[in-house]
Amino acid sequence: MSKLSFLPAHVLSEKVRKGELSFSDITTEVIAQLEAKDKSINAYISRRLEAALEEAKSLDESLAKGEDLPSLAGIPLAVKDNICTRGFLTTCASKILYNFVPPYNATVVEKIKKEKMIIIGKTNMDEFAMGSSTENSYFGTTHNPWDYQRVPGGSSGGSTAAVAAGEAIMALGSDTGGSIRQPASFCSVTGLKPTYGRVSRYGLVAFASSLDQIGPIARDVQDAYLLLKIIGGYDPCDSTSLPLPLPEEQLTGKVKGKILGLPKEYLSEGIDPKVKEIVEKAIKVWEEMGCVIKEITLPHTKYSVATYYIVAPCEASSNLARYDGVQYGFRNPEYTITGQNPVIDMMEETRDQGFGSEVKRRIMLGTFTLSHGYFEAYYLKAQKVRTLIKEDFEKAFQSCDFIVTPVSPTPPFKIGEKVSDPLKMYLSDIFTIPVNLAGLPAISIPGGFTEQNLPVGVQIIGKPLDEYGILNLGFAFQEATDFHKRTPHGN
Amino acid sequence: MEIEPVIGLEIHTELSTQSKMFCSCSTRFGSSPNTQVCPVCLGLPGVLPVVNEEAVRIGIKTCLALNCKINKYTRFDRKNYYYPDLPKNYQISQQYIPIGVDGWVEFEVGEEVKRVRIHNIHLEEDAGKNVHEEGKNFSLVDLNRAGIPLLEIVTYPDMHSMEEVNSFMNELRNILIYIGASNCKMEEGHLRFEANVSVRRKGDEELGPKVEMKNLNSFRSVLQALEYEIERQGARLRRGEPIYQETRLWNEEKGESFTMRFKEEAQDYRYFPEPDIPPLEIGKTWIEEIKATLPELPLKKKKRFIEEYGLSKKEAGILVEEKEISCFFEEVVKICPQPRLVVNWIMGPLMRELNERGLTIGESKLTATKLARLLEMVKENLITQTNAKYCLHEIFDSGEEPERIVEKRGWKQVTDVEEIEKMVREAIQKNPRAVEDINKGKKTAFGFLIGQVMKLSQGKANPGKVREILERELGKC
Repeated sequence: MSKLSFLPAHVLSEKVRKGELSFSDITTEVIAQLEAKDKSINAYISRRLEAALEEAKSLDESLAKGEDLPSLAGIPLAVKDNICTRGFLTTCASKILYNFVPPYNATVVEKIKKEKMIIIGKTNMDEFAMGSSTENSYFGTTHNPWDYQRVPGGSSGGSTAAVAAGEAIMALGSDTGGSIRQPASFCSVTGLKPTYGRVSRYGLVAFASSLDQIGPIARDVQDAYLLLKIIGGYDPCDSTSLPLPLPEEQLTGKVKGKILGLPKEYLSEGIDPKVKEIVEKAIKVWEEMGCVIKEITLPHTKYSVATYYIVAPCEASSNLARYDGVQYGFRNPEYTITGQNPVIDMMEETRDQGFGSEVKRRIMLGTFTLSHGYFEAYYLKAQKVRTLIKEDFEKAFQSCDFIVTPVSPTPPFKIGEKVSDPLKMYLSDIFTIPVNLAGLPAISIPGGFTEQNLPVGVQIIGKPLDEYGILNLGFAFQEATDFHKRTPHGN
Repeated sequence: MEIEPVIGLEIHTELSTQSKMFCSCSTRFGSSPNTQVCPVCLGLPGVLPVVNEEAVRIGIKTCLALNCKINKYTRFDRKNYYYPDLPKNYQISQQYIPIGVDGWVEFEVGEEVKRVRIHNIHLEEDAGKNVHEEGKNFSLVDLNRAGIPLLEIVTYPDMHSMEEVNSFMNELRNILIYIGASNCKMEEGHLRFEANVSVRRKGDEELGPKVEMKNLNSFRSVLQALEYEIERQGARLRRGEPIYQETRLWNEEKGESFTMRFKEEAQDYRYFPEPDIPPLEIGKTWIEEIKATLPELPLKKKKRFIEEYGLSKKEAGILVEEKEISCFFEEVVKICPQPRLVVNWIMGPLMRELNERGLTIGESKLTATKLARLLEMVKENLITQTNAKYCLHEIFDSGEEPERIVEKRGWKQVTDVEEIEKMVREAIQKNPRAVEDINKGKKTAFGFLIGQVMKLSQGKANPGKVREILERELGKC
């Protein structure tokens, strides 16, 4: 097997510019890897391999003619299947959208196209991004490239598995409560959740609008940074996107004197000892570089999961109301008219058959908590707690530059292990969820491996808009370690 | 037992913006189904709403015109319910912090000036339309209307009679047209109503159970539905039967309303703040800017017309009834300062022409200058009233200058005494019988002779002068 499809984009681009490689070589290798591995991994829901190769060839021609190409041109990219691609299936891994072909591109896809990156296909995920294992997919489970018996994490498990397995060089994911960072940790890739509003959500099929954020998944910090700069920025089509410029400084790895906050609540009970050990080792690495380690407190953090499971389902119950079989997507063809209103009957039966059980669970949760008489007790209360959580971070960042935590309390777990226990599954996002509630940027970088060679990531949380800071801290760690360069054995 | 109805209204107004509330699709009426749609108003997966600034501006303007307090910080909320004409299965509306609250509208009922308080004004998006074809086992959905900006105006239950409701609706409609908020074309559904009504024994303080009336798409249906409902509730009250809190649907064709749902079955819309739209901050300067663009409102204008131009209440009322007519009136008076003459001509010949042609002034070929110059000629006795009416008709036809038409047609009035004398003598000579009759005291014969003179002058002789000279000449006989 060639190592080509395991190189980061910035290295590949340089090799192409130097004439050592062609764009076609890269895409061909990625396709070969995909064809060899994806039967076992199931990272993709749909693929566009021929078109991708055509695009690569045409870019080679442009380059031969001496045309100026953008820096990530010709890099094979996987796109999570909840990001709309014009004329190309976008299913959200749901039966209810199994045949949905959007007539428009998400803003990030427009930007990717402008950059002349090559979309290889759309990746598997938990249905409507609801889940932490990519087991809740209408199109089957994705397997962790490091251990096929285990989950790749979720919900962007298809995207992280594709990058980890060399089936794509980079990928786009979305993160509502950890859906980029946790699977990045499980697959040993770099995953960035930008500040809320950094990247346009236009064309990202909404799960929980006030928490959703698209972000890059890559082999290393440099690539994540490059991709962020392409997809980020203000979008007039998204009123919640920030009208602020993206960072431009070069990554230096200079982190001496930076203060790393360690929340005392995060390294206590309920965490796998190996995960704890790896995070502590990572902290040592930074300490040796001259970072200052400081214990901090995030007292309301223990309410994060509870708060999240009110806010997110509320928004989801409304966001997902549109899937009713009227305009597009799945419609139960044999709905039976039982009530007085045949249209409502059709909608009910369509939704009953079109949604998976986790999605239904969350729709019901949200519908209940928004109901008359419960709205104040649940939704409004949750919003207040959300403010307190945000304030926890504001206070903490007065005395530190970054917060370092585990990404997930455990290494990748076995397929089927938690699927029947939703609460246990929900708790696996305990370290990532507070970040979404506070709208902060955070990154998961490969932090090490267990004895069983299972990846464990480390999370760096930054101040609002400080993507550069967390990337640079990650870069420093990367310079001192080689975890990000390791590939799943047998690949 | 004397019954007093207590009535409040909710008015849904389609705003006159070019584009929809949250996307740039056109709001034009009458296009083929589903041709004015885009991913946003179709509610496709992944789309996001972007607020139409013009709609917010109109919202603020309406709040100002209706004396509302404007919330400096306003927010959108989602109203969740399932219906095939609602593409997202939620409507973006304003439940918790609407754009305006606590206003009032003043209007006249007979000699009295009444006031209805406004509870709140909020912005929202319209739904599409379901089309049911007779005999088909399917329905069609047209989403051209989906996402058109609506302003909902909610009144307090301050009305107690049909006259009040009627006058209020008219006044509100006028205000909305005056400030350019809506074109208020009823046939295009620009104004739609919901009414709530309860009855009580006159003099009672306590309110009866409230019944909401839906599907009222014209002034007429509001009035008919209310009349029906007051009758129904009144009868129950008299018979001592209970009145239930419910929502009733008005059936225009049958002239009856039917129970849609009782209070216990009330829908739970699960309102919550729209996370896709950050709260809007409405700055003082913006409000001041908009305030400066507010035109004079109809009631004030009416008062001014009475005082400034000496018009009767009725005349002023008719003129201000339509903003365009009232502005036209003032333009004409500016050039031809004869308000009485102008108002008579506007209310008479001009409105007749407009009605016959089915046009508004703006759509017609008549301009204020042309009418003013025509009326100047009338005033100066340069043209007879009858010919002036013909001339107006021709202006409507061709748009030609009044002077040219008069010239061309030879309608310039003859006021020259000698010339008229000549014609009078000729008429006397030619009609000895008539002269005889006059001498016998037959008054109709005098009119006949005047007619003869006019005929000789081809209608150009000044009738007053003719009468004067004819009397003089006959006296000589």
